[in-house]
Amino acid sequence: MDAETSARLAAVMVARREAVLEKWASAVRDTMRGRLTRTELTQQLEDIYDALASAFGAGAETADSPAAADLLAIVADLSRSRARHGFTATETAVSIFALKDALLDELGDSGETRLADFVKFSLFVDKLGLHTFETYVNARDAVITEQSEQLLELSTPVVKLWDGVVAVPLIGTLDSARSQVVMERLLQMLVDTGSPYAILDITGVPAVDTQVAQHILKTVMAAQLMGAQCIISGIRPQIAQTIVSLGIEFGEIVTKANLSDALQYALRARGVEIARPVTRSAL
Amino acid sequence: MDRIPVLALGDVLLVSIQVDLEDQLALALQEDLSDRIVSTGAHGVIIDITALDIVDSFVGRMLATIAAVSKVLDAETVVVGMRPAVAITLVELGLPLRGVRTALNVELGLKLLREVRLGAFASAVDSRPDPTGDTSAPPDLQ
Repeated sequence: MDAETSARLAAVMVARREAVLEKWASAVRDTMRGRLTRTELTQQLEDIYDALASAFGAGAETADSPAAADLLAIVADLSRSRARHGFTATETAVSIFALKDALLDELGDSGETRLADFVKFSLFVDKLGLHTFETYVNARDAVITEQSEQLLELSTPVVKLWDGVVAVPLIGTLDSARSQVVMERLLQMLVDTGSPYAILDITGVPAVDTQVAQHILKTVMAAQLMGAQCIISGIRPQIAQTIVSLGIEFGEIVTKANLSDALQYALRARGVEIARPVTRSAL
Repeated sequence: MDRIPVLALGDVLLVSIQVDLEDQLALALQEDLSDRIVSTGAHGVIIDITALDIVDSFVGRMLATIAAVSKVLDAETVVVGMRPAVAITLVELGLPLRGVRTALNVELGLKLLREVRLGAFASAVDSRPDPTGDTSAPPDLQ
């Protein structure tokens, strides 16, 4: 696009602002199906329109020239917010592409330059559309990463069972990333609470392979190095068989079939006695 | 040269390592500690490594040596306050700190020393030949 074309386009856009915006907004509104309010949408489109007009005014010849930097930032903001609000990629891209149709009708009958101008304008808007798409995908990726991190945090609570006894109920498949989080949180909890006993409950772990066992063993050894004892509980029969057939050695690590046994073991080791209250009927 | 202070608390010596251990400092600590065990007649040593960010094989070996030397002088050693990151690194490196007892903090370390001391005393009493000839096992503690 040459400077002349930019200037011509900028002039048209300024002169026909209201008409183009009106057409553009109504085209975009059809695809939104009422998920954005009219004022919100109009505001967003006006921002883009004005930025585009001033980019042309400043002589922007392609979408990545410095004069269009503001425009790109505004478009990126728009597609990021669309991505976060659950709009599809098409809906987001159409918001930009609809501008072409809207402007075409308003270019007027200025003869041979009309077609050439429109083609150049079209190329420019295509670039913008691609930028929208890329930002949209990036924003979605960020959302996914964020959520998987949150999931990781949520899925590994460390609970205090008794004075000096903490437990980690593990639920779901253990991979390296997750077991790293579990390990760090458990050890930090031991330090924070000064608990000499920790119970790793694997009732909710669907399968134990050598790698998972390795992670569990590492956690237990790290806890032992820090001066705490780790008890593994919730080993289901199939898992016990797998462990033996895989030849995994748990060595001196205390393992219990269920959480209750593990808690009882820890309490005894801490010198806590649990007794039923003596009732009248028992006497 | 800087030296790491050795504090006496009753019959326990407390060493808090606050700086990076270099060869000279570690050797000085070993000497100081064995001197103090003999001069105070201490029966326990607590080494606090809360402030240590890095425990490598050198520091690990030094801790093991201190524990072994103290043991010869009839004092038990407990290493306390190891950070989670340090523990994870040691496990990843495969350095299990053999022969060193550990506890989460100084308080639990003191408790552990008391228990070890009591246990050692009890087993010494148990291992004497029984004058009554009763060979039944001691009652189960659980």
